[in-house]
Amino acid sequence: MRITCPYCGARSSHEFAYLGDAAPTRPDPSAPDAAEAFHAYVYERDNPAGPMDELWYHSAGCRRWLKVTRDTRTHAITAVAFAGTGEAAR
Amino acid sequence: MTRLAHGGLIDRGRTLSFAFDGKTFKGHPGDTLASALLANGVRLVGRSFKYHRPRGVVTAGSEEPNALVELRTGARREPNTRATTVELYDGLEAASQNRWPSLEFDALSVNRLVSPFLGAGFYYKTFMWPAAFWEKVYEPVIRRAAGLGRAADTPDPDHYEKATAFCDVLVIGSGAAGLAAALAAARSGARVILADEDFRLGGRLLSERTVINGGSALDFVASAQAELSSLPNVRLMPRTTVFGAYDGSEYGAVERVSDHLPAPLPFQVRQRLWRIVAKRCVLAAGAFDRPIVFPGNDRPGVMSALALATYATRYGAGAGANAAVFSTNDHAVAAALDAAEAGLKLDAVIDVRPALPDALAARAKALGVRLITEGEVVATSGKCLTSITVRTPRGSETLAVEALGVSGGATPNLNLTCHLGGKPVWREDIAAFVPGAVPPGMAVAGAVAGTFGLADILAEGTRLGAAAASDTGFAAAPAPAPQAESTPTGFKAFFHVKGQGTKGGPAFVDQQNDVTAKDVALAHREGFRAVELLKRYTTLGMATDQGKTSNMAGLAVMAELTGKGIPAIGTTVFRPPYTPVALGVLAGHHRGVDFKPARPTPTHAWAQAQGAVFVETGLWMRAAYFPKADEKDWLDSVNREVKATRESVGVIDVSTFGKIDLQGPDVGVLLDRVYINMFSTLAVGKARYGVMLREDGLVMDDGTTARLADDHYVMTTTTANAAKVYQHLEFCLQVLWPELDVCLASVSEQWAQIAVSGPRSREVLAKIVDGIDVSNAGLPFMGVAQGSVMGGVQARIFRLSFSGELGYEIAVPARHGAALMQALMAAGAPFGITPYGVEALGVLRIEKGHVSGNELTGQTCARDLGLGKMASTKKDYIGRVMAGRPAFTDPDRPSFVGFKPVDRSARLRAGAHFLKVGAAATTQNDEGYMTSTAFSPTLGHYIGLGLLKRGPERMGEKVRAYDPVRGGDIEVEVCSPAFIDPQGEKQRV
Ligand SMILES: [Zn+2]
Repeated sequence: MRITCPYCGARSSHEFAYLGDAAPTRPDPSAPDAAEAFHAYVYERDNPAGPMDELWYHSAGCRRWLKVTRDTRTHAITAVAFAGTGEAAR
Repeated sequence: MTRLAHGGLIDRGRTLSFAFDGKTFKGHPGDTLASALLANGVRLVGRSFKYHRPRGVVTAGSEEPNALVELRTGARREPNTRATTVELYDGLEAASQNRWPSLEFDALSVNRLVSPFLGAGFYYKTFMWPAAFWEKVYEPVIRRAAGLGRAADTPDPDHYEKATAFCDVLVIGSGAAGLAAALAAARSGARVILADEDFRLGGRLLSERTVINGGSALDFVASAQAELSSLPNVRLMPRTTVFGAYDGSEYGAVERVSDHLPAPLPFQVRQRLWRIVAKRCVLAAGAFDRPIVFPGNDRPGVMSALALATYATRYGAGAGANAAVFSTNDHAVAAALDAAEAGLKLDAVIDVRPALPDALAARAKALGVRLITEGEVVATSGKCLTSITVRTPRGSETLAVEALGVSGGATPNLNLTCHLGGKPVWREDIAAFVPGAVPPGMAVAGAVAGTFGLADILAEGTRLGAAAASDTGFAAAPAPAPQAESTPTGFKAFFHVKGQGTKGGPAFVDQQNDVTAKDVALAHREGFRAVELLKRYTTLGMATDQGKTSNMAGLAVMAELTGKGIPAIGTTVFRPPYTPVALGVLAGHHRGVDFKPARPTPTHAWAQAQGAVFVETGLWMRAAYFPKADEKDWLDSVNREVKATRESVGVIDVSTFGKIDLQGPDVGVLLDRVYINMFSTLAVGKARYGVMLREDGLVMDDGTTARLADDHYVMTTTTANAAKVYQHLEFCLQVLWPELDVCLASVSEQWAQIAVSGPRSREVLAKIVDGIDVSNAGLPFMGVAQGSVMGGVQARIFRLSFSGELGYEIAVPARHGAALMQALMAAGAPFGITPYGVEALGVLRIEKGHVSGNELTGQTCARDLGLGKMASTKKDYIGRVMAGRPAFTDPDRPSFVGFKPVDRSARLRAGAHFLKVGAAATTQNDEGYMTSTAFSPTLGHYIGLGLLKRGPERMGEKVRAYDPVRGGDIEVEVCSPAFIDPQGEKQRV
């Protein structure tokens, strides 16, 4: 599999470390329902058959965290952007 | 001898000598082992897997099910090598497999007599009970009786390597379709790789007498190869098997660099594993000649009709003194007549059809080959074939022949199209499965696509090669496809000879796994009808050839039985690898000491010179201990190192700790969010011990972080977690809080760090610093000094203690690490400074009661480890919310304490579980376990650390440490984990 890093270009997936679903965002720790929200954030994951935004880390490259849109049925990658900022390839 | 009088792509001017089962034979360059054996009249080449039936060569390619041999000897012995793909070289040695005591007389061929017991499902039925018999009785017996070749029992002396290639268009297969595709793509300027598993490009064109562009097929192959070789954008890869198609248009391939030589040339590898990254791929893998199921179809001498022809035309080898062909299709008849023209004595063509095309019939007549229409072979005889019985509506007759070529039509070689989940689809018009959905970027051309006439194949290859190039941005100038006559493609769907006269022995479906038509019928009777069940119940198609030639026959027999037709039965899915791949080439250079990279510390060479014994910790090589000549074992050395450190001064390289440099105005904020304790308030010139959690509330790592300037910190992590913590910090900065202004750099490799510990450490340090005040006032406990040592070497000095003694860690640029160690050894000589290794380091930390990797298991929270009080209540940090879960604050949770054996002479073992004294050893009574133990030379007995239910409330209580695995069951006394200096006075002096 190959991932086109916005910074480094197309690279073998061996250079990347996988984290998982990019959808969950860290909840507000001071909210009254923080315990439930963090439980969901840490443990609850969808398992879609189809396109999914995932976090990958270019550990053997530029060390940027990436948001990779991958179809879980075909492994086809349709978009890659820097995670956090959402900035795509220049 | 059955070497034909002339012809073939062999160099008859040179003779090669080779041995098979100890007997010497002669062959020529251009031969395979199989063609050379046939040319020498050797028809019996092996015994079958289960029944030990005599078997011969069946095909002329990598789909071969039968002719598996042990190639070479000694450390290079390779089992299960297909004789049909082995290039002959001078001095080649091969041996048959599965025979005992000899190939000619095999004692175990009695398996044939008891074959009813070894039929379909025999593993499941016969040996079900008692289970204990499996290991001791059934398996050894079956393994001896049924098996394949022997692997070498010494290490492989050869080298293997891995490489990556990039191209626009990968063409797999160099037959008519592949060459046409490669030419079309290459002429456009696209980067083309043409790979073929054969040692010679050309595929079936090397065996057939057809006309292309007005010349012979061989002329066409030669001119195509010459043109492709002349183009700088083309890489020709013969002897290269593309064995897998993977995600993202990546293909795995093995190049057999030296397999055609007795041994690799100096500095050359045996095989090379290629990862080919191809924007587009044209698969032109051709088709297999389909066998027909009939009684006695496994007798040596019975083979594929196209193989029979190939041996005659390409190799000048007759598969027997005379031959017949049993066919269902024009292609096989034409190939057989090619063989007759090449000099094979072809007595008859038996075809299931009522008539053949006029042109073929006329050609047969001209060659004196008898044509038997509506004929079926119903029996064979001879150990190696001597005669066949042919049945026609007009009666039956026996023909004396030594070879029988069989062709049931073409089975497209669509293996690679299935690797990403593509399912083959049935085409009734050609009675074959063709590729369905293919991997992205792949196109299929020629016979693999179900395109059979030569003119059509060349046109399709040209069109798809040009299209592939054009897809990658190379507009191909429309070039004409090579021109050829239209070859006949008539056929009749026919798989299985049944009815009158067919009682003459087993009819094999899968020769490599010894599956017969009867086995398929049994599977049908017992309800294993779905294709995946049929496969597992009978083992059909599960041998090393993955059923390349046999699957279709099995499906056809099952389809007959169910009356549903082949598409209703379906086909099994092919998976990588296409042909077996040696583990050696997958490992490449990664074996032995090169299995993974080794990270020596900056003082490695120095430690070696001191006679250190090393231990691998992750990739690092660390000194475990430094034995002296008079010490009887490692414990003596460790005890000495610990004592010296506690009484005077010891020194250890701690460069393996992860070191992360953090700079920017927001470092303090970041650290406050990743550590449970405060770091933004840390004074410049101070260090602090910190604990970081995962977001689920469990401890991730611990270590010391120092503040070098307002906006500059340096963090240390444990050796094991260095990469993980770095990745975590990047995640925090890039994903969670991109607004924070912090830059990170891993500096683990850039700084050597050496710990000096013990009451005399300050005196040693004072001798090497360049005017740094190392007094207790100038550099207090947890203080950090920056300056230089050894007359100008940049240094950071951290006053830290892992051992509990007065101690310092001195960091210098890595290139000065060894010099620093030597300087410390010289400065400490008057005090008997003693280098110590990680074993003593472990004892020192257990005596002091510090947690380490044994306690940071990913299952412990800060409270479990007695670190809960460090957690700040004034801020949020990663893991804070989840660490507050009821389960993590349950007072019953096993918590960190120390242990001493009640009988001080007893040994403690890490892993022992705690039970109340008198309680039964049950899971319900389990109260925790021992995490770390050591013999304490300071106290003179074993000590331990562990996690005990309500541990800190149970000081002085005796509990049972139960270790059934190693027979340990002793009483231990609960105590503080700080065995020495619990007030921490020594480190502050
Ligand atoms: Zn990158």
